[in-house]
Amino acid sequence: MKKVVLAGMLIFFLILGLWLGLTQLKSKWPGVDEAVVERFARESNRPPRDPYINPDRGDLLLFFFLLAGVAGGFVGGYFYRELFPPKSTKGARNA
Amino acid sequence: MTRTTRSIPNLRKRKFRYPLLVPAMILAFPAPGQAMHISEGILPAPWAGLWFAVALPFLAWGLHDLKRRSGGDPHFKPLVGLVGAAVFIISCLPIPVPTAGTCSHMCGTGLAAILIGPVLTVVITSVALALQALFLAHGGLTTLGANIVSMGVAGAFSGYAIYRLSVWIGAPKYVGVFLAGLFADWCTYAVTSFELASSLAGVDSWKTMFLAIGVAFMPTQLPLGIFEGLISAGAYRFIRNRRPDLLRAIEEGVA
Repeated sequence: MKKVVLAGMLIFFLILGLWLGLTQLKSKWPGVDEAVVERFARESNRPPRDPYINPDRGDLLLFFFLLAGVAGGFVGGYFYRELFPPKSTKGARNA
Repeated sequence: MTRTTRSIPNLRKRKFRYPLLVPAMILAFPAPGQAMHISEGILPAPWAGLWFAVALPFLAWGLHDLKRRSGGDPHFKPLVGLVGAAVFIISCLPIPVPTAGTCSHMCGTGLAAILIGPVLTVVITSVALALQALFLAHGGLTTLGANIVSMGVAGAFSGYAIYRLSVWIGAPKYVGVFLAGLFADWCTYAVTSFELASSLAGVDSWKTMFLAIGVAFMPTQLPLGIFEGLISAGAYRFIRNRRPDLLRAIEEGVA
């Protein structure tokens, strides 16, 4: 019960913070690479250039991310199952 | 045969699957392309080359360590694979930080260094950063060396050092893992500030720029570093509850 209360509070405050941020701030939520790294680079006359392989065209980047997500989920799940087998499977293996 | 080997005896038969690890990681995990990585073209060529030169010995050391440890415990490669995938996803997953109105990501290198060692963490970080630069417009190829040094070398070694120090002084391990996550994150951004200031500022204005960049990172990274510490401690607790034998093997240097 204590864990449920703690988890509930954590989720509540995370959602509250996110909601406040999204509704109250007018920020466009840039990454710190854009907000900090590239800003200082531009001020020093070293603006970033386009990536050598630039998938940021139309939905191409979205496609790459989705593809990466599908494959990555499989890879992570596979090794997770190797290391943390379900208890029934672990028991069957040890038998 | 070790106790951990007996627990999953057929793992040795699955070695043929492990060469799939690196190409599989190429496609691992999604996220929009905003990050703390130094973008393509920002660093002048001599500085980009210097950071590659700094990163390469650590990478070679890590590859040597990977080869040396690969023949041992059968849990080693799955652990490296899982940690590698986790570092990849964590390091390109932008998290909105309401206190700053910006997004940034955690690094995952502190916990990774505890689980697989700091030099191997440099290797998996290098793979993750290279894949992000190649396919996800995330970071850059010319700035890869600098990004490896900040996230891989500085993040992993600082996190591991603070963890060992915490254990040495007798602090609870959760505290050590929390501090490892925290300092790995903060050190990564401190070194990024150092790299940018070194290459972009003149000798006279180096200190001013270093402090300015560091201060600009703070509103985002201070809370995110604490969050990373909490996540790291939570992950450690999960492993301790589910596989205490794995943690013992790690601490004894078996895995």
